[in-house]
Formats: sequence, C-alpha cells, structure tokens
Amino acid sequence: MLANLTSSERQNALVLAVAVALAGAVMAIAGRADVLGIHGLIVALFGGVVAWLVMASFYAPEPAEDRAASYYDDPIKVGIVLAMAWAVFGMFMGVWVAAQLAWPNLAFDAAWSTFGRLRPTHTTGVIFGFGGNALIATSFHVVQRTSRARLAGQVSPWFVLLGFNLFCVLAVSGYLLGVTQSKEYAEAEWYADIWLVIVWVTYFILYVATIARRKEPHIYVANWYFMAFILVVAILHIVNNLALPVSWGLAKSYTIWPGVQDAMVQWWYGHNAVAFFLTAGFLGMLYYYLPVRAQRPIFSYRLSILSFWGITFFYMWAGSHHLHYTALPHWVQTLGMTFSVMLLVPSWASAGNALLTLNGAWHRVRDDATLRFMMAAAVFYGLSTFEGSFMAIRPVNSLSHYTDWTVGHVHAGALGWVALITFGSLYTLVPSLWKRERMYSAALVELHFWLAIAGTVIYVFAMWNSGIIQGLMWRTYTEEGALAYSFVDSLVAMYPYYIARAFGGLLFLLGALVGCYNIWMTVRAAPAAATRGADAPVVPAAVPGE
Amino acid sequence: MPELFHRKLERSTIGFVIAIIAAASVGGIVEIAPLFTIDETVEEAPDMRVYTPLELAGRNIYVREGCYACHSQMIRTLRDEVERYGPYSLAVESQYDRPMLWGSKRTGPDLARIGGKYSDFWHVAHLNNPRDVVPESNMPAYRWLGRTALKTEDLPLHLAAQKALGVPYTDEMVENAARDAYGQATPDTDFAAGVSERYGDATEVSAFDGVATQLTEMDALVAYLQVLGRLTDAAYRNTAATEQPADPAN
Repeated sequence: MLANLTSSERQNALVLAVAVALAGAVMAIAGRADVLGIHGLIVALFGGVVAWLVMASFYAPEPAEDRAASYYDDPIKVGIVLAMAWAVFGMFMGVWVAAQLAWPNLAFDAAWSTFGRLRPTHTTGVIFGFGGNALIATSFHVVQRTSRARLAGQVSPWFVLLGFNLFCVLAVSGYLLGVTQSKEYAEAEWYADIWLVIVWVTYFILYVATIARRKEPHIYVANWYFMAFILVVAILHIVNNLALPVSWGLAKSYTIWPGVQDAMVQWWYGHNAVAFFLTAGFLGMLYYYLPVRAQRPIFSYRLSILSFWGITFFYMWAGSHHLHYTALPHWVQTLGMTFSVMLLVPSWASAGNALLTLNGAWHRVRDDATLRFMMAAAVFYGLSTFEGSFMAIRPVNSLSHYTDWTVGHVHAGALGWVALITFGSLYTLVPSLWKRERMYSAALVELHFWLAIAGTVIYVFAMWNSGIIQGLMWRTYTEEGALAYSFVDSLVAMYPYYIARAFGGLLFLLGALVGCYNIWMTVRAAPAAATRGADAPVVPAAVPGE
Repeated sequence: MPELFHRKLERSTIGFVIAIIAAASVGGIVEIAPLFTIDETVEEAPDMRVYTPLELAGRNIYVREGCYACHSQMIRTLRDEVERYGPYSLAVESQYDRPMLWGSKRTGPDLARIGGKYSDFWHVAHLNNPRDVVPESNMPAYRWLGRTALKTEDLPLHLAAQKALGVPYTDEMVENAARDAYGQATPDTDFAAGVSERYGDATEVSAFDGVATQLTEMDALVAYLQVLGRLTDAAYRNTAATEQPADPAN
C-alpha cells in the first residue's frame, strides 16, 4: 500500500502516526483514573500499529512512473474492506439487540452487553462504520473518475480513512464501557468528536481540492451530493456536539444546549444525519453507479437540479417533526411538518429520475442482480420518503411516534435504500478496481439480493404491525371511558413481532456475509487478461521545448 | 434562465460550496435561534429546584446505560398520555437537563413522572431483575448497580461544569457535592441535614437501596428516578392536570 508514496510522504505518514500515538499516550496519562485512560491506550495502540505498518515498508522501492497519470485507488480498496467488516459487525449487533427484545436474558447479566449499551454500537456500526466507509471509498472513486483527475493528496486520503475508523472504534468501544452523551446518533464523547472534526475538515479540503483539479468544465451531479454530504455533516456535527468537558481527565461532558433547545438541536442534527449522511451521500453513489451499470445517461438534468437544491434546502427544516405534541413550541412543530411534506417533491424527483434512467435497460435489471440492487434501492427510497412525509403529519405522528413504526420506517430506508444502493455500487466497483472481468459469482450476487429483499420485507412488515398495534392499544378506551390496556398489555402483544424482526435482520446479515465471501473471492481471482478501456486521468501533454 | 445560471454555478467549486452552505443554513437558523429569544418558549417556575449531587449522579448513570433508547421522558399533549402518565410535560421541567432525555421510543413506559409512584424498594427489586416484579418485562437486569460503589470524588467538578453552563448551583453546593451525595442516601446523619438545608426540605433523603452504610450506583439511580417529574409543580398548575403531584413525603 505504501508503494505509491514517495519517501518524503512516508516520512509524513510516520510523523502523523507517531503524533496520534503520542496524543493517545497523553490521553492515557491524563485519564488514568477514568475510562478516558482506556481510550488513550486504544488511540496509542492505533497510532502505533499504523506507524509500524509504515516502518515495515519504509525503504521499499519508490513509485517510478508519473503518478498523475493514474488514479489513486489503494485507499478505496481498503475502504471497501473496512466497510464490509463494519457491515458484518453492525448488523450482527443489530440481530443481537433485536433478539434481546424478545429474549432479555441474552444480555447474560453483564453491564457491557445490556440493550442500552449495545444499541448504539449497532447504529454507529451500520451508519458510520458501514455507511461512512462506503461513502468515503465511493466518493474517492467517483470524484476521480468524474473529474478525470487523481486525488489531490497522497497521505491525506489515508488520514481521512483511517482517522474516521479510529473515531468509529472510539465511539463503539466507548458505548460498551459506558461512555456516551445519550444524544441519539451522536453518542460519542467530546474527544472523539474533536477528532472527527479534524478528520472531516481534511476530507473536505481533499475533496474540494480534487474537484478543483478537474479536467471537465462542469462538476458532475454525484459530486454535488458528496460535497453537500461532507459540508453539512460537518456543520451538524459541530453544532450538536458543542459541550463542556467536566475535566480534561474525564470522558464525561455536558452539552451546552439545555432542555427544549437541546431537543431541537438534537433532532435538527438527527434528522439531517438521515438527510445528508444517509441520503445525500448515497444519492451521490446512485447518480454515478446506476447510470454506469445500466449504461444509460441520467434521465433528466433538470430533475437532478430540482431534487438536489430541494433536498439541501427543505431537509434542514424538517427535524422538528420528531417533536410533535411535545414541549417544543407549536410554531416550530408546524414548520417541521410543512417542510417534511414538501420534501416529498425533491425526494420523488430523485427516485423518479433514477427509475426513468432505467428505461431502455429493464432487460438488464432482469438479468443483472447488481443493477437490480440499485433499482430496488431507488424503489425503497421512494417508498420510505413517502412514508416519512406521511409520518411527519401531526395526527399521523400522534399514532406512530414512540412506537416500532418509526423503527420500521428507519429500516425501510436503512436496509432497503442505503444498504441496497451500497451493495449494488460495491458489486459494480469491486471488479473494476481490482481489474477483474466480473464478480466471482453472479449466482451469489443473486442470492444476496434475495436474502436482502426477504430480510427487509420481513423486518418492515413486522415493525409496521407491531408499531400500529402498539399505538392503537395505547389510545384505546373502554366504553366506560377508561384506558383499555395497560402498558404491559401492549408489550406482550409485541413479542411475536420482535421474533419476526430478529429473523428478518438475520437474513439480511446472512446476505452481507455472502457478499463478503463473494468480494473476497473476486479479489483473490486472477486479474483479467486485458485492461478494460482507458481508466486513467487526463494528463496535460508535455509541450516540446518546455 | 435558471438552467443557464446553474450551468455557471456548477463550473465553480467555491461558488457551489457557498451555495450549499447558504441553502442549508436557513432552516436551522430560523428554527433554533428564536428558541433562545422568545420568552414563552420556556415557562416560569420559581419553585423549580436543581438536581442534588446524588440525583445528578443517578442521571449520569441513566445516560451511561442508554435508558433513553427505550424510555421517553416527554408526555405529549394527548388525552391518553395525560391519563396514563400524568400532566403533559412542560419545557421548564427540563430546563436544567443536559442532555435532554425526551427519548424517541417507548419499548418501556414513559418515565417523566415516575417519581413517587413506586417505593424505593420496588425500584431496587425491579432494577435487580425486572421480571421479579413484572413477569412480562423485556428490560435488562441491572444487578451490578447495587454492587458498584458510586464515584463521588468527581461530583464537585460535575456541579461546577453545570454551574458554568448556567445551572444555578451555589458555590456551597459545588463544594459540598460529594458530602451531599453521601448524606442523601444516609438519613439521620449530619450529612443528611446538609442536603435538606441546601436543596430544600422536600428533598427525599432515604437509604434508597435499603443499605444505609454504603453509597452505590443503585442509590443514585433510584434517587434520580424518584425525583423525575417532581422538581417543580408547574405542570399541575393551569394545565389539563387531572391529578395531584406525588407527595414527596411518601
């Protein structure tokens, strides 16, 4: 992996890794009386391992050819492997916590394995571990190809990728140790949050600098989405995580936002983590890999513009629909509801644009499971954005809120849209990156597709049923005007659905394992005899005499 | 010609970045900033008291264990919720809450007004093994809380941090935080008298986990659960309240 770095770049990488290790040592000493110390050791170890890897091939031969004449794909390959590893971890955690709801003794009477501590390891593992690594890897790929330019840095892509994974490791290990802010989807504590800001700013600079090098006059649509993803996630992350540490030697901090303002900031963040992490970034994937795989141009440029700016503008207003009928002022709830309903327009513009792109390629959708992954993703995207707008309407929300319906809705999006578009993109990307004719086994892609679809459908139907039953039981009155069911009555009614949900999740996890095997065997296969077309950036021709 | 304009915009990296920031900033600014300036956002509640050090420590255990993943602390303005859980929650009731723990999911019931509804003994039994008292429950058992000593030496730092953020703790409260945490769980000691003096006579002083000789995480968590919904009576005034606040003496 270091073969593409010059000796001065290797030195820089070594200095960075040692600096991280030293920072970890400082944390370990400052926090020796607290779990912060354990995290310091993890950081030191992480930096140490990276430093050791750099040392191990420090004196390997330097790159001979002109690097600007080729794309920089090494970090992308590692990013794909990391994404799949996090997928298996995160989905396994999901199946485990789902099973705990049906069989609570699966916590085995330990502190670290209780539902409250495991649940964020599942959400962080799949959203940031799997989703984040997939986004970093595909964005590095898309930005180079659509700009016809090599990444603008040699060490910085590694810093972004490995630094982001260090954040994920700190977050997930922290939850198991009891380190959490209890802010949903932003549970990691202050030092991990600061680290992520450093990583993310580097990501932004690298991305924009690469686009600035482009040999195309226009910035391609996929890059609009990746840029919005990087920029807005930075804003959301910084504002929501503003906090005052109790001391420099303790992991614990208190958010600067109190009560009702904290609720608004948290759901402004939470809903836009869905919008800009789980939607914008993955739309970037869709706008590149779907047309590539279908061998059709995007249906409508105007629809792309409409949906991009609609999503970027409307989504930021929608977070308050998580707080209907609460102590949040009514006017904010109403604004959130209104913009959530309007969001349907740009969302369906995107979904429609994707599906209409497939016109003329439907025979490929039938024959090619990879393209079918992306088609199904666009359908689920359309369905779950419709459902989301619907659930944001105040009276609907009075039934759905606090129930499993919300969980089902999230998973229709996360499994049906985010994971399916990612698998479709990876099955397109892996053979091309490793220069193979095709994936190791088309039959296994087909098997993965059906496991994923079956798992998603079982999961979502179970949660629709349980959520709506639960919501109705809570509000059912007897003829005498008393509440008909106790809370425990509603819980007892949930058990069959909790078992069905765990089974659906298990199928989805099995699909991901099949995908891992298939990717592994593809990477191990012999490279294709002939390189496919010219896959290289445009290099300005040397002018004689210069 | 909007399309022509966009063709120009997408030729400029910096222009595009600025346009994204502009488009994405409006919603947050319009919805968040006024929450700090409009006075009606948070009601007045002169009787509102702050969390005692023991309750704050208990709240931090609630945070650490991720209880918010299954329990809300926000009763909505809906008839069935008010009848099931008590008067709907007011913004002022969480004005000292960092973070707020309104939650988003009720795998278990809402806890906004759980304080005083069950005895300390019930809470300890329930946390040790929920299925001993609610056979159908799917909540994890938290047996180790009663075996784990509560860390109190950092509590002055915690109160100082809260004070720096605007929670009205006095210097005396900050100074005595560790002693007060111990005192609240050991009735009939000199330490206990200090708690009532600083936080009011209505503050519940009790051997929460049933053992008055040692301070455990169980003491702290039960103390926190018992104060939920009882920091102020504001929700019972001028609202659709159908019941009286839980009696602190009970």
